[in-house]
Amino acid sequence: MTSDHTAASDHAAHDPAEIDKHVRVYITVFVTLMVLTIVTVAVSYLDLSTPMAVTVALVIATIKATLVACYFMHLISEKKVIYAVLALTVFFFIALMALPILTVSDGYGIHE
Amino acid sequence: MEIPYTYEERRDTGLTSGRIAIWLFLASEVMLFGALFASYILIRTGAPSWPRGDTILDVPMATFNTIVLIGSSVTMVMAWASLMRRRFGTFRIYMGATVLLGGVFLVVKYFEYSHHLHLGEYPSTNNFLAVYYTLTGLHMLHVIGGMAVNAYFWGPGSKLYKTNPVWFTNRVEHSGLFWHFVDLVWIFLFPTLYLL
Repeated sequence: MTSDHTAASDHAAHDPAEIDKHVRVYITVFVTLMVLTIVTVAVSYLDLSTPMAVTVALVIATIKATLVACYFMHLISEKKVIYAVLALTVFFFIALMALPILTVSDGYGIHE
Repeated sequence: MEIPYTYEERRDTGLTSGRIAIWLFLASEVMLFGALFASYILIRTGAPSWPRGDTILDVPMATFNTIVLIGSSVTMVMAWASLMRRRFGTFRIYMGATVLLGGVFLVVKYFEYSHHLHLGEYPSTNNFLAVYYTLTGLHMLHVIGGMAVNAYFWGPGSKLYKTNPVWFTNRVEHSGLFWHFVDLVWIFLFPTLYLL
């Protein structure tokens, strides 16, 4: 039973030095996320055109989301099965986002 | 009958059942919020005019809530790291802080909602408010759900640590994955609703 317990986690878990390294990364990511939050708000006060404002806001949000997913959710060192599940999810998510964009781009039924 | 692969990993996938299950659940959650975001894009781009979020919503309050939620993600991951170091006392401090920060988020949201309702701004008032209440309301339900699970692991659920610390650590990691997802959704909600 005990040997099962120690073999169980896939992270180089019980090595305190390894965990300390993880913790330093978490703190760095936290500071970066705080800075990017301030940048997001600051940019909204600039007089940017709507397409530019949307682009900048979404780029910053994507960077923040990537940091959370890669480091807090450990996606940077995940197993292949999880990557496969997420690749499928990303494919369908993009399809879902493309639907309204395609609907709008044809122009029918809007502003008529 | 025991549930298989609760703490030992399957040889073929290298994963526990809980780990694959939580990621499958999160994949379904991506599609749930994705559908709502797609609807938001459709409604917004189809409208002849759309108000900027900061003309209606309270940006400083939402910025504060963003900081609170990101902070709670850090305390959550630190709670997990504490268990990996086998420091149960530290785990409880970080997990308690995570639940508390979730509570702070909800209190701020309560003030935000009550302010709008007091002004007679309901979901039925216009499409902007309908989208705002739907997206933030669903997100808030996720915060409440995550807090309930985290509070359970902080309290009665932590008994498992004494008998099977690895299984308990895995459970906390899975609950953390959900909590980080809730944070991740807010990272997109904040600029798209409040700032644009």
